[in-house]
Amino acid sequence: MEEITIDVDYLARVEGRGALNISISKDGKVEDLQFRIYEPPRFFESFLIGRKYDEVMELTSRICGICPVAHQITAIRAIENALGIEPSQQTRDLRKLMAISAHIQSNVLSMYFLSLPDLMGYESIIAMTKDNLDIVKRGLKLKKLGNDITDLVGGRAVHPVTAVVGGFTVVPSRNKMKAIRKRLVEAKQDAYATVDLFSEIELPDFERKCEHMAISDSKEYAINHGRFISTEGLDCDEMEYRDYIHEEQVPYSTALHSHVKNRGSFMVGPLPRVNLNFDQLSSDSKDAAKRSGVKFPNFNPFVSHLARAIELIHDIDESIEIIDRVPLKEERRDFRCKAGFGAAITEAPRGSLYHSYEIDNNGIVKKADLVPPTAHNANNIEKDLQEFVLTLLDLSMDEITLKCEMLIRAYDPCISCSTH
Amino acid sequence: MAKKPKIAIFKFTGCAGCQLELLHLEDIFLDLLELFDINYWVMVKRDNDEKEWDISLVEGGISTPEEIEEIKQIRKKTKFLVAFGDCAIGGCIPSIRNWTPQMEAENQVYPDTSTIHSMKVLGIGEYVKIDAILKGCPPHRETIVELLKSALLKTRPRLRQHPVCVECKFRDNACLITSKKMGCMGPVTSAGCGAICPSLGRECEGCFGPMSNPNASALASIFKGIGFSEDDIKRKFRKYAGMSSEFQKEAGH
Repeated sequence: MEEITIDVDYLARVEGRGALNISISKDGKVEDLQFRIYEPPRFFESFLIGRKYDEVMELTSRICGICPVAHQITAIRAIENALGIEPSQQTRDLRKLMAISAHIQSNVLSMYFLSLPDLMGYESIIAMTKDNLDIVKRGLKLKKLGNDITDLVGGRAVHPVTAVVGGFTVVPSRNKMKAIRKRLVEAKQDAYATVDLFSEIELPDFERKCEHMAISDSKEYAINHGRFISTEGLDCDEMEYRDYIHEEQVPYSTALHSHVKNRGSFMVGPLPRVNLNFDQLSSDSKDAAKRSGVKFPNFNPFVSHLARAIELIHDIDESIEIIDRVPLKEERRDFRCKAGFGAAITEAPRGSLYHSYEIDNNGIVKKADLVPPTAHNANNIEKDLQEFVLTLLDLSMDEITLKCEMLIRAYDPCISCSTH
Repeated sequence: MAKKPKIAIFKFTGCAGCQLELLHLEDIFLDLLELFDINYWVMVKRDNDEKEWDISLVEGGISTPEEIEEIKQIRKKTKFLVAFGDCAIGGCIPSIRNWTPQMEAENQVYPDTSTIHSMKVLGIGEYVKIDAILKGCPPHRETIVELLKSALLKTRPRLRQHPVCVECKFRDNACLITSKKMGCMGPVTSAGCGAICPSLGRECEGCFGPMSNPNASALASIFKGIGFSEDDIKRKFRKYAGMSSEFQKEAGH
């Protein structure tokens, strides 16, 4: 065979700026493989030092335009852990509703806008409108629902404003919640159609058993709270994260690479969540998963798309449950500032997100440590590609390139986040 | 119908939130595709046309030598260049790091700084001529639509210059500074959001950047009067637009 060189200078249909370089020798060995993240760093961990505890969520929100909610809630919870604040049940519920709404928005964006064009043979969702207008309209409608819920609870879809340390500045009105509830009920059909779409469409057949990680809670499908667990036996509290997960710099990437201490790379995201927390999914989403014919736990990264669709049903079910039980009463936010260290792990749409802060007696940040999902995944994406590309060598160069890009997009990387 | 204007969307040092707002125009997204030819948008499209564009929406600040070269190339190929959001206007939140020595910031994040090529983050206007700005972190969707409509009608977009206070008055909000002694940035901040934060029980943090001709020093002395420390005041102005000429004194230049 001939030598193969793949160079994608600017990966399309992912957030942020990354490239892919692969070279394969004549005897079919991967000589070099780099998922090259060249997004300019913004040095959040540096400029957060000297800022005040009550603006940390507002600042870290700006790490990412797609998952600002995840950064806000993680920052708030880490600060609350440092200050010893226990939020009310209503606050926990509203935060979960807000987090889930952001999952709906982001996962629909990933499925319909960023990856579906590959699977259906188009260059973009814009090109899809000609022959598949109904599918495009469904994607737009579902995404809008997610955004409108974030807007209702958080005051704005991108960089919301009401979620603060201790609770919310204001709670949404009952009438508006009722109207959203109605739309959620109606959206269930579209969510089922999404599961059907991603179980009927042909996903590349590639499996690699790697360590899958997510937060987990026996009582609920964990998004904002839980122990950090893995398929290889990791089970730690969020405050112990740094005892187990380490980062190292690679010369070709502005995103640091993560690994489990004394082990290797690992995967976070919708597929690890569904694999590890299947029992906590709503009964309708479990049934839909079973009907899809795909077995979980599953170690094909492309099945992440289906996992997003299954989560979509769960997200709708749990949003309705929360709306039905949340009292929506005004609450006081009383707490005192003190020095301390706090860490938090939540599930951003793309997977586990870690924030930790050290603050002094005046509430000034002394140290910040942030690890977004794509910084967790970057190392694992390369390990997947190492094996996956060797299964493609019979294809044309264009097809090999597209398939490798599709694997990266299955992780739905958020590159601005990963660099931050 | 006349030829559709060609639009390009670019991302520099930022969070993609501004281009997300464009994508979040779900109700009119399909109409926009009828009216405009979006032929460069890497976050959405795999086939991108790099020839020339009628309108370029540029998101993000400039923070590396490579980005300076790129924005100059984009300017050459663009008829109407829009600084899309606060990062492109003046660096926004990432510009807070401009007050930390660059090597110190790099050492706090990277063990090996030899591969990092970052500089101070500045707005695109430091390097190229801009034809319009869309304020906000992120800009309001209605403002984005207003600009696009004006582009079609070849009229001047109606972009607001007055402070958030005017929008608070429209919404009958009690003033948070006078009634609750909160450190509201509304009096010096450009309107356009609809006074989101003050309407939801939170002070304006200034995410639309300075209004036209604000009196920043007067607001700083009001903040001092209601009990904010000098560091608190500096932090308030050194946030979304610390690099702007309007806020730079209070931001501690």
